[in-house]
Amino acid sequence: MTEAQASDAFVAFDRVQKSYDGETLVVKDLNLSMPKGEFLTMLGPSGSGKTTCLMMLAGFETATHGRILLDGVSINDIPPHKRGIGMVFQNYALFPHMTVAENLSFPLEVRKIGKSDREAKVKRALDMVQMGDFGGRRPAQLSGGQQQRIALARALVFEPELVLMDEPLGALDKQLREHMQFEITNLAHDLGITTVYVTHDQTEALTMSDRVAVFDDGRIQQLAPPDELYESPQNSFVAQFIGENNTLEGTVKEIQGGLAQVQLDDGGIIDCKPVNVSEVGERTRVSIRPERVEFDKKRLKEGTHTIKAEVLEFIYMGDIFRTRLSVAGNDNFVIKSRNAPDQTRLKPGETIEIGWLPEDCRALDAN
Amino acid sequence: MSDVTDATTGKAAPTPDDGLRIADSNDSGPVLAADGTPLKKSLSRTLRRQKMRALLLIAPLLIFVLVTFIVPIVSMLLRSVDNTIVPDTLPQTVSVISEWDPNASDLPDEPVYEALYYDLFLASEAKEHTKLGTRLNYEQTGLSSQFRSVGRDLDEIGEDQIDALEDLAEDTWDNEAFWFDLMRGGENAENTDQDVLDRARARLRALTGDAFTGGTGFLPGAEISALLPRTAYEYASFAVFTAIAEEDVVAEEEPWESVKIALIEELQAGADVSSYNGFGAEELRAAQEMLADQPQQNFKESFLEIDEGWGNPQTWKTINVYKSPYTSGYFLNAADYQLGFDGVEARPENQQIYIKLFMRTLYMSLVITGSCILLGYPVAWILANLPLRTANVLMILVLLPFWTSLLVRTSAWKVLLQQQGVINEILVWLGFVDDANRLILMNNATGTIIAMTHILLPFMILPLYSVMKTIPPSYLRAAKSLGATNVTAFWRVYFPQSVPGIGAGSILVFILSIGYYITPEIVGGTDGVFISNRIAYHISSSLNWGLAAALGTILLVVVLVLYWCYDRIVGIDNVKLGG
Repeated sequence: MTEAQASDAFVAFDRVQKSYDGETLVVKDLNLSMPKGEFLTMLGPSGSGKTTCLMMLAGFETATHGRILLDGVSINDIPPHKRGIGMVFQNYALFPHMTVAENLSFPLEVRKIGKSDREAKVKRALDMVQMGDFGGRRPAQLSGGQQQRIALARALVFEPELVLMDEPLGALDKQLREHMQFEITNLAHDLGITTVYVTHDQTEALTMSDRVAVFDDGRIQQLAPPDELYESPQNSFVAQFIGENNTLEGTVKEIQGGLAQVQLDDGGIIDCKPVNVSEVGERTRVSIRPERVEFDKKRLKEGTHTIKAEVLEFIYMGDIFRTRLSVAGNDNFVIKSRNAPDQTRLKPGETIEIGWLPEDCRALDAN
Repeated sequence: MSDVTDATTGKAAPTPDDGLRIADSNDSGPVLAADGTPLKKSLSRTLRRQKMRALLLIAPLLIFVLVTFIVPIVSMLLRSVDNTIVPDTLPQTVSVISEWDPNASDLPDEPVYEALYYDLFLASEAKEHTKLGTRLNYEQTGLSSQFRSVGRDLDEIGEDQIDALEDLAEDTWDNEAFWFDLMRGGENAENTDQDVLDRARARLRALTGDAFTGGTGFLPGAEISALLPRTAYEYASFAVFTAIAEEDVVAEEEPWESVKIALIEELQAGADVSSYNGFGAEELRAAQEMLADQPQQNFKESFLEIDEGWGNPQTWKTINVYKSPYTSGYFLNAADYQLGFDGVEARPENQQIYIKLFMRTLYMSLVITGSCILLGYPVAWILANLPLRTANVLMILVLLPFWTSLLVRTSAWKVLLQQQGVINEILVWLGFVDDANRLILMNNATGTIIAMTHILLPFMILPLYSVMKTIPPSYLRAAKSLGATNVTAFWRVYFPQSVPGIGAGSILVFILSIGYYITPEIVGGTDGVFISNRIAYHISSSLNWGLAAALGTILLVVVLVLYWCYDRIVGIDNVKLGG
């Protein structure tokens, strides 16, 4: 990323580093820029540095090195209360001694907004999250989902241009979580706010975001829209972390015309798309999604390499069948097939031939 | 299956109760347990056993609390209004004095002095009259010595008549055996008067507090008791006291002067001895004849001779005011009032100390609580926000004072605070204070406040810490992210949530300090003492336990009232001692 790009963007991290103890870096050389109105999710395992990035953006942590820009202005030295960034906390952090309406009017009061204006804004914010009747309640009298809505309303009531959300749906049950995911995305898009969302739940990240930044080891491993992230992971970590994934290890035998042939460790040869490999003889980890594996020869292209697989287990899951295979020494090779009338139900002990379209199979780094 | 439909018919939805009914019932009667007893009974029996077991477990504590907490408090409350010593020591006087008009300027009549003589005689034999003197001395100075001197000289009253009686015949009126036989109505009296003896026992029991049970070897004769009731009663008192308290044989002891005086009085008053035929009838007739020439006994004069105080109407007014078994006098006294002769009146200004002391105690406790909040809050904040390891080390420092004796700590403050002490020396050395004008930090209110703030500080820090520990730091972050400055975030968001800790700490510190004794005693001087020091003085020095109890009771009530106010204003639900 160049300086010019960074200053065009609404939010930008420019070579940001963060260390707590002076020995290890929690965030290593972070570069990121977001246009206005984007919904960006920081996804990663715990300890990957994503929350630290969010806290640096909010102003609760200071960057050890580098600049954080908001609307082209460095905010490194601006205290959190002057940044005007809305934030939704993991445990909501609704003030327990205030009513819902008081919670919402708090940010307006500290901004010295007049009483009538304040009331109108609070009402609008409550209506926006369909909690108009709950203004007089205390947070403790609300359910988890309701508290979540109030926390959202409070972060939005003072009309910030940037809203940060730190795993806001972690405490909700699955159904409510899915519902809230939908509501938050809609709200963010309707209001045109720029949102940075932190989660470790990949489904959440894929369904909600315009772009997802996958964090690991203090770095962004890949920053891409959800479909690209799922279908074209740039490295093994992303491939493993996003969605279900089968891996096979082997050596690059030939690279030609955008296709590579990889010889697996048991001798079988497969076709794949070279992503992170460039030389013949290089070790590689091949990644393929379970739903892209075919065992019906009719669906495979002529001349595609196939390999032998032994069926270990067949699981009926309703909408799909999930079959576990043993492939080239990997006993956890999974394939998923749609439950259609003409679909074959494999039986344990059967030996089949499996294959795939070369572009679905990605040869990544061996780490 | 038919049972199921029967049992659930007409019910909106089956409940667990229905399930039990279905399982156990075969008819429409009460639900039965498996062994045939009604289910309710079976259930209550099971529960009773559990309850009994629970009760047994807490029984040691319950008994301990009852014995060491409830009983002393109740006894203190009772003692603060208890005045039974007056009617118990002077029962007859108290009953006849009501005929006297205390507003008239003249002294009570002869019957009152007469009753006083008999009351005091027995009391002085039992050595109880000085206690009454001490009690009444709280109300009127000088009564203590007045009672002491009268107890010494009571024997001299009516000496002349007694001498005359004893000189009348040899071996008669100065012979203990003769008296004994006379009063039991001869050796084999048929009719005895147990009642007189019982009255004497009851009187002594009330006077001394001892049981006075057991044999006396003496039974009053019914005839002599009817003829000479007062003499019989006095002799019975003598007999009971001699036999039980002194463990002597009644027949071998010469009766008290009061017995002889009673006899002389009754003979002079014209007791009809002519019709009496029992033991000693001759001697009685002779005595009556002789005594007719003797002057009447004048108790009033005799008392005035012993001590002029008995001629002072004040004495009698005091006795009259405090004659009932219960009195509001101690409470009035504790509030700087007194029971005057014309009702409740304020004490003389130079004697008003208790209201001032109560006010000072409340005021200084508030100051101490306030300074504990000011000093403790930042400490608790730091402890709550430090990493656990460091916080634990610092917590030891907070708790360290608990491991040293209170007396030692207070004495250490004495070393620090005195005019030649560490603090003054440092201030002088630094030049903040002139050597000639060293600060007076001790033996006044300042000393008490400084030392007690230090001593009670942990009681503020601990509840504050435990409450602050439960306030997640995300609240402050949230407030800041919403645009609040550090100060606003603290006051609007953090502080309100720490109020329960302040409440708990304040209640602890305030209630502890309002009853504090040792520290004010050591560093308080005169300006810095609390009401509790006065209570201790009345308990151990002036021995006016009634007043001490009244002061203590008022203190208890004040604390309860303040607690109630606190509950109304802050709400006791808002008090948290921990997470």
